[in-house]
Amino acid sequence: MRLPAAVRPARRDAGDTLAAMDSHAAAVACRHVGKRFGDVVALDDVSVTVQAGEILALLGPSGCGKTTFLRVVAGFERADEGTVALDGRPVDGDGTFVAPERRRAPLVFQDFALFPHMTVAGNVAYGIGRGDRDRVGEVLRLVGLHGLQDRYPHELSGGQQQRVALARALAPRPAIVLLDEPFSNLDADLRARVRGEVRTIIRAAGATAVFVTHDQSEAFDIADRIAVMRAGRIEQIGRPEEIYHVPETRFVADFVGRAEFLPATVHDGCIETELGTVSFDAATVDTGAAELMLRPEDIIIIERAGDGPAGEVVERRFQGPVNELVVRLASGRTVTSVHSSQTLFRPGDRIGVTFAPDHLVVFRGDRRVAWMPARDRTGTDVDPA
Amino acid sequence: MRSWGLGASGVWNTVADARTVGLLVRTSLLALAVTASAVVIAVPLAWLTTRTDLPGRRAWTVLTALPLVIPSYIGGYVFVAALGPRGIVQGWLEPLGVQRLPSIYGFGGAWLVLTLFTYPYVLLIVRAAIRGLDPTLEEASYSLGRGRRETLRRVVLPQLRPAIVAGSLLVALYTLHDFGAVSLLRFDSFTRAIYLNYQASFDRSRAAMLGVMLVALTLIVLVLEARARGRAAFYRRHPGGRRPPPQMSLGRWRGPALAACGAITGMALLLPVGIVVYWLVRAAGEGEPLRVAFAAAWNSVRVAGLGALIALVAAWPVAVLGVRFPGRGARTLERASYVGYALPGIVVALSLVFFGARYVPALYQTTAMLAFAYAVLFLPQAGGALRASLLQVDPHLEEAAQSLGSSRRRTALRIVLPLVRPGALAGLALVFLTAMKELPATLLLSPTGFSSLATEVWSATNAASFGRAALPALLLIVLASGPLAALLLSGSGERRLRGDR
Repeated sequence: MRLPAAVRPARRDAGDTLAAMDSHAAAVACRHVGKRFGDVVALDDVSVTVQAGEILALLGPSGCGKTTFLRVVAGFERADEGTVALDGRPVDGDGTFVAPERRRAPLVFQDFALFPHMTVAGNVAYGIGRGDRDRVGEVLRLVGLHGLQDRYPHELSGGQQQRVALARALAPRPAIVLLDEPFSNLDADLRARVRGEVRTIIRAAGATAVFVTHDQSEAFDIADRIAVMRAGRIEQIGRPEEIYHVPETRFVADFVGRAEFLPATVHDGCIETELGTVSFDAATVDTGAAELMLRPEDIIIIERAGDGPAGEVVERRFQGPVNELVVRLASGRTVTSVHSSQTLFRPGDRIGVTFAPDHLVVFRGDRRVAWMPARDRTGTDVDPA
Repeated sequence: MRSWGLGASGVWNTVADARTVGLLVRTSLLALAVTASAVVIAVPLAWLTTRTDLPGRRAWTVLTALPLVIPSYIGGYVFVAALGPRGIVQGWLEPLGVQRLPSIYGFGGAWLVLTLFTYPYVLLIVRAAIRGLDPTLEEASYSLGRGRRETLRRVVLPQLRPAIVAGSLLVALYTLHDFGAVSLLRFDSFTRAIYLNYQASFDRSRAAMLGVMLVALTLIVLVLEARARGRAAFYRRHPGGRRPPPQMSLGRWRGPALAACGAITGMALLLPVGIVVYWLVRAAGEGEPLRVAFAAAWNSVRVAGLGALIALVAAWPVAVLGVRFPGRGARTLERASYVGYALPGIVVALSLVFFGARYVPALYQTTAMLAFAYAVLFLPQAGGALRASLLQVDPHLEEAAQSLGSSRRRTALRIVLPLVRPGALAGLALVFLTAMKELPATLLLSPTGFSSLATEVWSATNAASFGRAALPALLLIVLASGPLAALLLSGSGERRLRGDR
């Protein structure tokens, strides 16, 4: 499926197409799910399909409904509208409701929820019946906790507790594992390491996983696909690269990283901005005012200002490998760029400014109206098609 | 140690005496039976009133806890008045030709009465524990494919075990130490034997010896409780919890659940109050003098209030030391203050009688001495309430105040005191409530001519004049309900009741 370089159809229809296409094989198929708590709409027409073996991240700010969605899939909340099917079996909607304990979809909780009165082995064995002692050892080896089976949860470190929680969820060989902010209770340095481990473990177990996070770097790191949520709706579903480079809405663009929206004019196969004019082969975009979305790394700083567009360094923020430079353009607008931190710019320095012309994302209002694919060094599209 | 007056052989003769052994067995059996039945009643009630869709749940929450205000001797009186010979029920049944009811006296009656008026201890503690349960643990169990029953058995009940054990401890201690109910129901337990020995004969050494044995029995219970705590850790990550706990739908069990709540409340609350009112009306009709009761009420309030104040003042430094400067010394001091918890009222009273009569005759038989006895007995309750609220005061708050230039004194007055006040008031209410109900120490230590509601009820019922007991009993129930209702309604009150006995 190639994304057309034009206005995409409404989100609802896109979700429909996906769900219809994949529902026979999907590990999770949610269609038009709605949920309200009193007057608060927590989920509004949410359609998501997760393929077997896929890892999907639900990304969004707190209160966007992502945890509610996870709890609907797990069976702890009942959807007011729409249907949920797991492995092709309807579990919610159309008058059916399958209790959480019959869904084979264990949830890994934010606070891990390890049973404090059971040992590690007891916790892991909880979901699988007493006979299968071998499986406990097997799963503990998988998460690298073999030898700790007789400890109690309070005798473990945070990272170890996290892995016990994961092992407990994976032990019954579930079709799907749900994870609710699984890393938010870990220290920052531990988080990055555990992230990689968890991805490896889920892959090794061959499980399908849906996890919830508010941290885009977590989602980028682990997920095959990301669903960005806002106010109970899905703003965009796609691969991490699509979400970052080709956001569909201004909200997605801002939420997953810094984005500059440069006023632009589309006319005669060109797009004209303060930082220069480039050819833009998008017949479907109406002529007229628009905005060009640029990531900081798309904005290129030229040390010596030439004849082209120029600017003045207003602020420099040292970030380790790079400097963030806040640059005031001729129009008075400021944009942020990143530049190697080896080069020392000072506030007040005059510099040349331009942008990477092969990667153009054009917005009008809150929505993307057109884009041209970025090419990597080998010349292949980033686009998933 | 008055009992050493007996000499070594005398001690042995008392201990090995067939009567004493019988006493020991009977008392222990009663404590076991009452504890078991209180747990059986209280744990389901606690669950019903916190985590199900029981109709009228909020009302049941208060109603099921209220029997706490009814002292066991009023409970005993009520059941004797209702079910005893020449009692109300027999009065109704006599025209039908029923000449004798099964006797209310003895083990069965004591078991019934003590169960009905002690189960709230277990109820309150278990309820607080259920409220403190981490609901995600139950959800984790469901999401791992375990159903409701298995989740209750393997996840919820083990979490509640410490609370059940703590509540059982209170009930067991209460039963061991109870004097009123067993006396009225003529069941020979330790406390009754001690009192009869002290009162009837002049053999006070034997009373003292029995007191020592009762303390030993109490210590055994405490050791057993410590053992029962087990080795797994019980802790919570998120106090309060972010998500309201799941509610269980009763479905077709709704009717039976309501019936059970109604039956328990009817027996433990409605029946006593109803019977007391019945006798009151009858007595008023017969022109019993009522003025005495109000004088006794004032005495009760005065001495119980004084005792509560002394307990609070005495508990303050201990609590501050324990919370702010934890160490071996503070811990020992705190433990020592908990002795009152383990000491039967009658034993404390006896020792104060001996002590007062011999060393401070000026205080002997004064209300000050009685208030002091209350303070010793109920110090742990005041300390527990204070400690709980002091623990919630983040030391950083004090440090913040000091770093803003506030003196230690000003910090204590402006920061700590307002934050601790609810806890202090709860402790005060609790000691007051318990002291109002207290009987044995009041009987033994009251100045000549002094009468409180408790002694009035007791002397009247002992003489089987139920009419005379009705008004003081009702006053006592009403006066004690106030502080309890306040505690129950002030959210964290239930937690503070942990120190209750």
